[in-house]
Amino acid sequence: MSRYFTDEHEWIDVEGEIATVGITDYAQEQLGDIVFVELPAEGTNFDKGDDAAVVELVKAASDVYAPISGEVVESNSALEDEPALVNSDAEEDGWFFKLRIADTSELEGLMNEAAYKKFVAAL
Amino acid sequence: MSGNDDIATLAEELPLEALPLDAWHRARGARMVGFAGYHMPIQYEGIMAEHSWTREHAGLFDVSHMGQLSFSGEAVDAALEHLLPSDIKGLKPFRQRYSMLLDQEGGILDDLMVSRLGDGAFDGADIYMVVNGATKYDDIGWMIEHLPDAVVMNHMADQALLALQGPEAGEALAALIPETADLLFMQSGQFIWRGVTLWISRSGYTGEDGFEISLPADDATLLADALCALPQVKPIGLGARDSLRLEAGLPLYGHDLSPAVSTIGADLGFAIQKRRREEGGFIGHARVLKELADGPGSKRVGLTITGRLPAREGAQIYAGDVLVGEVTSGGFAPSVGAPIAMGWVSLPHAAIGQALEIDVRGKRIAAEVAPMPFVSHRYRRKA
Repeated sequence: MSRYFTDEHEWIDVEGEIATVGITDYAQEQLGDIVFVELPAEGTNFDKGDDAAVVELVKAASDVYAPISGEVVESNSALEDEPALVNSDAEEDGWFFKLRIADTSELEGLMNEAAYKKFVAAL
Repeated sequence: MSGNDDIATLAEELPLEALPLDAWHRARGARMVGFAGYHMPIQYEGIMAEHSWTREHAGLFDVSHMGQLSFSGEAVDAALEHLLPSDIKGLKPFRQRYSMLLDQEGGILDDLMVSRLGDGAFDGADIYMVVNGATKYDDIGWMIEHLPDAVVMNHMADQALLALQGPEAGEALAALIPETADLLFMQSGQFIWRGVTLWISRSGYTGEDGFEISLPADDATLLADALCALPQVKPIGLGARDSLRLEAGLPLYGHDLSPAVSTIGADLGFAIQKRRREEGGFIGHARVLKELADGPGSKRVGLTITGRLPAREGAQIYAGDVLVGEVTSGGFAPSVGAPIAMGWVSLPHAAIGQALEIDVRGKRIAAEVAPMPFVSHRYRRKA
């Protein structure tokens, strides 16, 4: 399994043709208390950069984009009952959705963990 | 991922100034954002934790961005009764009232607190006023235009303003200044603490018991340190101030109140005492009188929301297919444990219990007109 990161602060785990997508620990820390996550329905098709999910905070909302193109095969139903999972475990149990990857070439140019850490340190 | 917090957007547009406690906030780990032209602490450890702390203990808020004004002169009462719809002549020394500036059409230019000073406070001025930070310069311009020359207005730009709010605020402040224990809601007084002159009112904008403390900017750090050294007190950011005031059902200027709306529809008729309604003589009186007689076209209401998805400012409110209003403040209410909102709804749909729907990004969520406050006020009144 390989993990990729975007400059929009999403992480992507790739296993075969399935990509699991979430937001990074840095992102949840910046956002603060998450009170609701609006997730995409199974079967939704995204192009890279589409609005895919919405993170609701106490005072504001923040969009999450599809980091790559693909079809949603599963959303993390655990977030419906416990949106704060994103705060407590953003990069594991707090995942958002799984995509069937449409175009693996879109993964090229994304950051690995070391590159993302460096990117965040410079922000 | 992208933030769309309106406060964050403002930060990019305005040249921001530092307030007296700027370094103090940063040293305590505050996340600073631009608001009303200043760097302001939006949160320290997180809005939920800070909100709960204030509801259970005492939170210290820096509201130094707000405008503090004093008024002097023989004609001051009459002049202010021309500008404000409230009873100023009947305002006793050391008493405070909620009021508003209205425009000629009766639209709301700002909401404010007005107090009668005493004991030579603020160099012997007669009246003290606190106005919103984002509107203070417009307010000053409006008042200069409409006040007679005999009234002297002073913008006290060198005063800081701190708010201590929560059920343990009284106990905390009394640990520093025992005499403040005698103050009741909307009463004020001048106090001396370590040689510093403080003007303290028992008021605030969270629905909790608490105080607003005006003091020279140079002494603000000393007092903030002394208060936060007490076990009851933690510094709290503006994020929690907003969720607290929304739960308390208190309107926020620039969101729930604006020149487009009037006092009666805003449910702020309590700020216009009987004599003023009858006698008039204030700017905007005609609309107030008309709405008292005929009812307003729409009303500010509280909204409870089914489910967990919050409705935000700007979301449209429907009764069936009919657009009947708009959300003006909305968010997750930490003490309620659910999303709540405030909005304006056309009068036929504004009754408590009215079932409505709110459009959130194309999805209709169920809402109901609810009584406010959402969380009971805990002001300290006479027993």
